Amino acid sequence: MANDPIHQFQISKLVPIEIGGLDLSFTNSSLFMVVTVAAAAGFLFLTTANRGLVPSRLQSISEMSYEFVASMLRDGAGSQGMRFFPMVFSLFMFVLVANLFGMFPYFFTVTSHLIVTFALAMLVIGTVVVYGFWKHGLHFLNLFVPSGVPGILMPLVVMIEVISFLSRPISLSVRLFANMLAGHITLKVFAGFVAALGSMGALGIGGAILPLVMVVALTGLEFLVAFLQAYVFAVLTCMYLNDALHPGH
Amino acid sequence: MDEKRGSGGSDIPGSSDGTEAGRSESLDARRKRLDAELSVRRKVEPEGGSNREASKGYALAVKLSSEFIAGVVVGVVLGYLFDRFLGTSPWGLIVFLLLGFCAGVLNVLRSTGAVALPNQASGNQAVTRREDDGK
Repeated sequence: MANDPIHQFQISKLVPIEIGGLDLSFTNSSLFMVVTVAAAAGFLFLTTANRGLVPSRLQSISEMSYEFVASMLRDGAGSQGMRFFPMVFSLFMFVLVANLFGMFPYFFTVTSHLIVTFALAMLVIGTVVVYGFWKHGLHFLNLFVPSGVPGILMPLVVMIEVISFLSRPISLSVRLFANMLAGHITLKVFAGFVAALGSMGALGIGGAILPLVMVVALTGLEFLVAFLQAYVFAVLTCMYLNDALHPGH
Repeated sequence: MDEKRGSGGSDIPGSSDGTEAGRSESLDARRKRLDAELSVRRKVEPEGGSNREASKGYALAVKLSSEFIAGVVVGVVLGYLFDRFLGTSPWGLIVFLLLGFCAGVLNVLRSTGAVALPNQASGNQAVTRREDDGK
């Protein structure tokens, strides 16, 4: 197990549940999702429970995250986009806390599984499509018709635009998943080098210093990536919501 | 201390009642200057913000490759389903793979800001072009 970098992503059933032939077991992934939601919600609730005009340190963290997401949404989708604030904020907090939880040793990284990030991305795109059609009707399809294209090329361009639109949930989910997966595997591989070299006597211990330095540097980088990916996910969500609010003019 | 008093004095040449008024006056002036500078910064920052994350090479690599791969994958899946339901194998797959390739390239160009987003094709061309120059 010590040198298997993939082992950390293995799903294990904690409470096996099977309903009508469907495997609905409560797994370690589900456990960490619950913990993530509980931690994020608990933190926000507790830090704003007895709020003061002059915020305490923890309260100002909550307020900063609120301001951060709110200004991101306002920049990305205009002030009309603020009706989606609860969704964007929840997504941002969930991804951020899940990524950061993944940095604890022996913790499971929820966002390192494609199906989880894909579900989040489908939630975003589903909201965009449903809201777009509900608000603009068939006018929403203008999104796929860029202005100023000659008539002959139109079917081709529209097909490409449609494929480009359909590829959004995939690129959104693959990006988050690939970053978390690659980062954690790299970390584990370099940590494995330290252990393997360290058991090879005096020369090995000397050689183990290099990967050890790498592991320390990579850990710092991983914290950056954890935040950055949550940010990118939220920014792209804002951008796609913008399409739903203002499809082509 | 000396310097402060000197600058306060030079701000208001006529003031005679010394350091107290001079200092508060210069504080006001300084606060105004800070406000002006901050408002300029704030206007600049949102535009720079979107570029900052892209400047990380590693993040950029994953971003661009995921954009491109997603386009091709969607093209293949659409083509496969098309063939499966209409029995036009292998033409659907061929056509949609090529279209997916185009969509992937379009995605990449869009995410680097080289091509305008669909809904700002007419209005914000200047902005996207400036982003392009920044790279």
